[in-house]
Amino acid sequence: MSDISTHIGKPWKKPPFVQRAWLRWVLLIGFSAYLIAAFLTIEVNWMRVYEGLDRGKQFILAFTSPDFSSRSGDIWEGMIESIIMTVASSVVGIIISIPIALGAARNIAPLPIYLICRSIIAISRALQEIIVAILLVAIFGFGPLAGFLTLSFATIGFLSKLLAEDIESMDRVQAEAIKASGAKWAQWINYGVQPQVMPRLIGLSIYRLDINFRESAILGLVGAGGIGATLNTAFDRYEYDTAAAILLLIIVIVMALEYLSGIVRERVQ
Amino acid sequence: MLRLEKLVKTYKTGDQALKAVDLVVPEGQVLALIGPSGAGKSTLIRCINRLVEPTSGKVHLGEVDLTSLSTAALRRQRSRMGMIFQEYALVERLTVMENVLSGRLGYVGFWRSFLRKFPQSDIDEAFRLLDRVGMAHMSDKRADELSGGQRQRVGICRALIQNPALLLVDEPTASLDPKTSRQIMRLICELCKERGLAAIINIHDVALAQMFVQRVIGLRFGAVEFDGLPEELTPDVLTTIYGEEDWEATIENVNDEDGAKE
Repeated sequence: MSDISTHIGKPWKKPPFVQRAWLRWVLLIGFSAYLIAAFLTIEVNWMRVYEGLDRGKQFILAFTSPDFSSRSGDIWEGMIESIIMTVASSVVGIIISIPIALGAARNIAPLPIYLICRSIIAISRALQEIIVAILLVAIFGFGPLAGFLTLSFATIGFLSKLLAEDIESMDRVQAEAIKASGAKWAQWINYGVQPQVMPRLIGLSIYRLDINFRESAILGLVGAGGIGATLNTAFDRYEYDTAAAILLLIIVIVMALEYLSGIVRERVQ
Repeated sequence: MLRLEKLVKTYKTGDQALKAVDLVVPEGQVLALIGPSGAGKSTLIRCINRLVEPTSGKVHLGEVDLTSLSTAALRRQRSRMGMIFQEYALVERLTVMENVLSGRLGYVGFWRSFLRKFPQSDIDEAFRLLDRVGMAHMSDKRADELSGGQRQRVGICRALIQNPALLLVDEPTASLDPKTSRQIMRLICELCKERGLAAIINIHDVALAQMFVQRVIGLRFGAVEFDGLPEELTPDVLTTIYGEEDWEATIENVNDEDGAKE
């Protein structure tokens, strides 16, 4: 114990995160300087912005008079395609993710399997959906098949990683108790692990369904089918009122899914 | 019936949790394992059913050498050893019934257990055991709805439905209040007597151990320091196990409580 009298009557301060004072200041000043320099390099052509404002205004005004009717057939078709794409890719993605998640959890998988599964996850997460979609459109041609495959692939990276992390942070003792009863591996997973991670799996699955729907709207822009393709066509034709109608529909569906996932997650506590 | 020979466990960190422990537990004997935290009590219990892999030495259950078994054979032997845990270790999101029936997993195929279609004899036995510990009316509750004492009762049923030859009990009362602790210890010891089961009970509460068991083992730094009858636990003995402390209160307390109970 140090001499207590040196502490009495003196204010106490939380020790700083970076201990060395000079390093702390260098980091702080360096970061501010970089931030200012970075902003200065952004070029803004104010004339172009002024001209563009008018087009922006038209686009926003179109939301006051969305046109659902004149291209209703295209919108309907695109919507159905998107929904099919979303549901199919979510189901397939989730089914594939579960075994990969088990393999990617360090506390239940042996090291070689762990490394393989983690690499699959890393690859899936490293490749952005749009890039994968461009590649798959090049292979499978335009249309929803490329979109479906892209979303399934992206779901694997997302769901496996988060599920594996949940498995890693499960209560070890509950699983140990099942093991101690002489259960086989599959029984151990079914009784000791699955009940612990089920709420998370359901929550993540619904969240992913939501993401996949939003993604399906974007993938259309690179030719992977769905409502995005319809939206892209509307933009190309400067039919802002139709585009507005499509965007409104997407917003409504995403909000509905959000609401639904809230309810389901509350139920499966 | 259970025989440990020179059992050693050295963890990867270099900590020697068990130093050549020799121990023989005859049929039907209920034995308490006491000792300070970190003395290796939990490790000893887990080395027996190999939830922790012993570094060297042998464990014999009856005629079987547990330390040399393959995974499949080990699974079969594990179902002969019921285990009861400190924090109950029930699977919280399963029902009481599923938790009890999980004790039969060593005897039931995967699909049967997956579909929860256990043999009728297992279900009957589960209800009989739950009734014996006063929990039959709770069978469809989820385990996380129960109180500590109730959970430990379910934990006991789960261990017993395995129809084990030996019970391994790890700090069964550590998270329970004094009254419930006693009820649980009494229940475990009664059930062992009814079924002629041997049991090794890790326990911190020396007084509680003295009340219920037939034999006490004192463990210190991974070695057996004391092996004798509960009455032989004198202040001097406790000092050799735990270190210097005023022990009179602990032991007197036991006698007082014993007197009050009778």
